[in-house]
Amino acid sequence: MTELKRTALYERHIARGGRMVPFAGYELPVQYPTGPMVEHEAVRSAAGLFDIDHMGQFRLVGRDAEVFLQYVQPRDVSRMKVWDAEYSFLCYEDGTFVDDIFIYRLPDSWWIVVNAANREKDLFWLDTHMASFDCDLIDESDTTYMLALQGPRAQTVLQKLTDYDLGQMAFHTAAQAQVAGIETLIGATGYTGEYGYELFFPAEKAAAMWELLLEAGADQGLLPCGLAARDSLRFEACLPLYGHEISAEVEPVGARLSWVCDWDKGPWLGREAVLKTKLEGPQRWLVGLEMVERGVPREHYPVAANGQTIGWVTTGMKSPTLDKFLALAYVPAPYHRLDTELEVLIRGKPRKAKVVKRPFYMPVYRR
Amino acid sequence: MSYKFDSDARYTENDEWARLEDDLVVCGITDYAQDQLSDVVYVELPEVGATVSAGDAVAVVESVKAAADVYAPVSGEIVAVNEALEDSPELVNEDPFGAAWFFKIAPSNLSELDELMDQAAYETYIEEREEG
Repeated sequence: MTELKRTALYERHIARGGRMVPFAGYELPVQYPTGPMVEHEAVRSAAGLFDIDHMGQFRLVGRDAEVFLQYVQPRDVSRMKVWDAEYSFLCYEDGTFVDDIFIYRLPDSWWIVVNAANREKDLFWLDTHMASFDCDLIDESDTTYMLALQGPRAQTVLQKLTDYDLGQMAFHTAAQAQVAGIETLIGATGYTGEYGYELFFPAEKAAAMWELLLEAGADQGLLPCGLAARDSLRFEACLPLYGHEISAEVEPVGARLSWVCDWDKGPWLGREAVLKTKLEGPQRWLVGLEMVERGVPREHYPVAANGQTIGWVTTGMKSPTLDKFLALAYVPAPYHRLDTELEVLIRGKPRKAKVVKRPFYMPVYRR
Repeated sequence: MSYKFDSDARYTENDEWARLEDDLVVCGITDYAQDQLSDVVYVELPEVGATVSAGDAVAVVESVKAAADVYAPVSGEIVAVNEALEDSPELVNEDPFGAAWFFKIAPSNLSELDELMDQAAYETYIEEREEG
């Protein structure tokens, strides 16, 4: 087993009673003594701070940077203005996922945020396709720190530490500014279903930024939050997570992500396969399930219809906000239709569930 | 890390507690167990009337992150279950030795209770694992 990496905040997490677990090659706090339910609720009603330094960051520079980016992912980035930030993904030519990513258009470069576990794979995949393009991809993950500050009071907290007027930032835009005297790329982005920010800044400032943010948020109900709350928050908002809802085994149409694809911008890796799936229909659809009979649906549990296994749970839990047992699952048509009665095999026992609307929790920026 | 204990209870290696009350053995999971599990979201209880042997998996407790079996500390018949846990599983976190008892067993062999750990032995058992 390879040795687990520690983020620069490891000691800070321990000092706050963080319960450390292995995640994507890192030791990260799954929760603090407050517990995942309280942390989850803090983000929905006040604010939460997450150490997400395990995420990877690449900078794409060069004359052909835009053309290259058009080619390797489905979104039409020519329509992105400087300081825009957008969700996208990378596909293999058969249309399955390499990873999902966030793209920021900066004045002189493109900033790409990738999943921790996929950093090397993504770098290799992108490099492989770069030969005929005049551009460079620089892995800045190790020198960049990444924190997420999320929740309705995130703006109030962050504004205490910066002169930059956060009120003028639209959702999914970015800005370069000083935060607590630290040069920071502020993304009005996040993965919780709430408004908030993702902060990128020099790695050696991690402890200072972490403590100053927690201090600034003390009177706003800001809590440090662990991986469990991060997972339950993104789950309720039905934001997919690599390794669960998306992987090299599934594709964007079934994953409900074909809205990301721009079909008119010209060729991109995976386009033909994804378009074919869009026209013919995917093998399986990602659906929301609500348990009709009590029980906690968990990842990998089989989903059955009339006693026959037809799919599997990708993520499931008791939703802290909605107080229901919910799951995301892959099932083939026609079982993906709303109100279809299915069963989840919970520790081998079939429990009734039904297909319900996604997202379970409507992200505030979509209301 | 310090945990709560009940000096009247006996303890299993699977972190259940068992306490004799009016000839019945009341059972639950320990403060240490609930802390390890973190926020409990679901409890599945046994059927009243079921005959169980010591060590049988008879209930399930699920937290945000994990599912764990709860084993019968002693043999006998399940004569009562705590239905309050079905609607309020968080009681397991809040009051593991009190309001969050799981089930009561009419014991068929009360000497089994004496074979379980007392509080001092159980505290040592936890320390060993914490250092593990």
